[in-house]
Amino acid sequence: MNPELKFTDVAAELYAPQKRKDDLKGFEYTYRAEITSIYPLTEMETLYRIQVVDPEERRRFAFTPGQFLMLEMPGIGEAPFSISSSPSIHGEVELCIRKVGNLTNFLPRVKRGTHVGIRGPFGTGFPMQNMHGQNVLLIAGGLGLVPLRSPIAYVMENRSHFRDVNIIYGTKNPSQLLFTYQYEIWRKDDIDIEIIVEKADKSWKGPSGLITDPLEDILSGRDSEYYHNTYAIVCGPPVMFKFVCNMLNEFHIPMQKMFVSLERRMHCGMGKCCRCNVGSTYTCLTGPVFDYWTVMNLKEAI
Amino acid sequence: MIFRTFEKQELKKLFEILAAHNRIIGPVETGRDRDGRPVYAFADVTDYDDVELKYSITKLPAKRFFLPFKEDLSTFRIENDTWQKEISYNVDRPLIFFGLHPCDINALNKLDKVLLHSVYPMPYYAAKRENMFIVGMDCIPQPYCFCRSMGSDTALHGFDMFITDLGSRYFVEILSNTAFNFLKNIKTSEPGEDDHVLYMKVVAKRNNEFTRHVDTTDLTKILDMEFQSEVWKEWGDKCLSCGTCSSVCPTCYCYGVDETVDIDLKGARKTKMLHSCNLIDFAEVAGGHNFRPGRENRLKYRYYHKHRGFVEAFEESLCVGCGRCGESCLADITVPEVIDSIRGSGRNK
Ligand SMILES: Cc1cc2nc3c(=O)[nH]c(=O)nc-3n(C[C@H](O)[C@H](O)[C@H](O)COP(=O)(O)OP(=O)(O)OC[C@H]3O[C@@H](n4cnc5c(N)ncnc54)[C@H](O)[C@@H]3O)c2cc1C
Ligand code: SF4
Ligand code: SF4
Ligand code: FES
Repeated sequence: MNPELKFTDVAAELYAPQKRKDDLKGFEYTYRAEITSIYPLTEMETLYRIQVVDPEERRRFAFTPGQFLMLEMPGIGEAPFSISSSPSIHGEVELCIRKVGNLTNFLPRVKRGTHVGIRGPFGTGFPMQNMHGQNVLLIAGGLGLVPLRSPIAYVMENRSHFRDVNIIYGTKNPSQLLFTYQYEIWRKDDIDIEIIVEKADKSWKGPSGLITDPLEDILSGRDSEYYHNTYAIVCGPPVMFKFVCNMLNEFHIPMQKMFVSLERRMHCGMGKCCRCNVGSTYTCLTGPVFDYWTVMNLKEAI
Repeated sequence: MIFRTFEKQELKKLFEILAAHNRIIGPVETGRDRDGRPVYAFADVTDYDDVELKYSITKLPAKRFFLPFKEDLSTFRIENDTWQKEISYNVDRPLIFFGLHPCDINALNKLDKVLLHSVYPMPYYAAKRENMFIVGMDCIPQPYCFCRSMGSDTALHGFDMFITDLGSRYFVEILSNTAFNFLKNIKTSEPGEDDHVLYMKVVAKRNNEFTRHVDTTDLTKILDMEFQSEVWKEWGDKCLSCGTCSSVCPTCYCYGVDETVDIDLKGARKTKMLHSCNLIDFAEVAGGHNFRPGRENRLKYRYYHKHRGFVEAFEESLCVGCGRCGESCLADITVPEVIDSIRGSGRNK
């Protein structure tokens, strides 16, 4: 590898620190938001479109791909969800939610037009602008495709700024595949997409196996110029990270260009409840998006 | 810094003047343990004679007054498809804390770092913290406290006035304007050179009375190096995952949030409840995956947060060495012993 140190330009815009709320009233402030559309995706997952009600607040509500918000249904519960839509649309988000508990089982039963509360956006995002001029690998397992839809939207809106873009997506079985209606649209934008399922059924015509199989195929056909100029984003269940990240590492994708989005229990989103602690830090503040170097330095991260 | 001395009977006068206008929390005796030793607690006091200024330590810290076990973050009025959110910081008057020891004052200073002086300051804590008047009081070292090792045996700030017993009279350090004005109500005098000498003697004597020590040198690194140590398994096997250590700890602040609908279905509330990282569901997520499934994972994590994570963020550990957790633990798990064993585990291999 190139032994020469790179110059860091602290005057560059990219270096600017992230804004953080530090006023007391912000702590429990919720935007009133309306569920404008409820779209069932699979037996377990539903896509919700949610819009901030106040026009002024709507204009201000902006996020970066990879960030999450806290969605609250008064009296039912509050929980963190990844924002699964384009960052260029302000004040309106899409959330894809799996039914697992109190809040998430309640939501599919509400009517369009119901008001919910949202807090955030919270956490770190994927540094999309740093990726300009580079290749991008977007790797998702299961529900991990949900947070990836935001960087995918960014890539599509800024397609000319990116070189090769590959989506690699795997689930346990074909019925769990999410956003099947979008794959063709992504392909048309010159985004390569590989879908793989662990257990095929009769209807399944595509490949079956582990997500690392198509990843290895993609990577082994490339040269070191590609590896050094490639960003990877990995989202999925805990078991997936180790295998995928190890493989990316073997091919010498730079550690600071590999990003994972970690999931932990979260009750505040603001570094206060400690439920999301990972190693020596908080997933909600320094994450959920971490680069791989940071992950290697955090105990029990992956 | 401004110092004064005053005669002992003046303290009662001061208390009574303050008590006439304010709610005062102080150490009181609530009973005796099985060995006949007094059990102390922080409680509302109106009569000076109920205040046990020579108390050893309270079983529970004063935290219920500023980090209540349970409090509503917000309430809602539900109207058809929408709702109104109402927020109260759950405090309506200032509180005077009469006789906090240095460890408990330092605990507040540590909590301030994360709950007040970092991103997203917590208004529920801030509102209560801003409404505290603290009268500190020097303590009598107990066999289980190791505050001197944690640098918490003296308080440098975080109080309004701090009283040291010189034997014949009191010596007071005044940090706030409010305290200075309160003290105008009693007879005080400028300390003389003899008071300074006496003060230093008293402090030196107390310093020699600390018997429990723990070596924290390089602890952040050692916790990383010994992360996989078998010693954690041994402590984990003893631990009952009861969470008592967190509830008696003056610096534990982790919590969970729950929402409930009122019985009339017209209102709802969002409630914060203190939690403990030793409880089994602390890091359990949707789908049933638990990031810390074993007792040893969770116990280790409590130490890792206090002596590694917090140090990384704030250059000091989240433990004041009060020894409360060790004294209350049914499995006899004490901080000095756990840390000693982790330090030792590298050497034995
Ligand atoms: C950064 C982040 C992004 C997420 N994005 C998505 C997403 O895009 N789509 C999605 O469907 N889910 C997402 N989740 C998971 C989602 O937060 C949980 O499914 C949700 O909290 C469950 O809420 P509930 O009230 O239905 O469950 P509860 O009734 O509260 O509990 C059901 C189960 O979920 C677990 N649980 C409770 N709270 C949490 C929590 N905060 N995080 C994880 N598990 C929890 C409990 O251990 C319990 O076993 C995300 C989580 C995080 C941390
Ligand atoms: S260390 Fe002791 S007090 Fe803490 S959870 Fe374990 S048994 Fe309970
Ligand atoms: S961890 Fe134990 S010794 Fe340390 S502050 Fe908490 S209760 Fe006191
Ligand atoms: S979610 Fe509460 S500290 Fe991160």
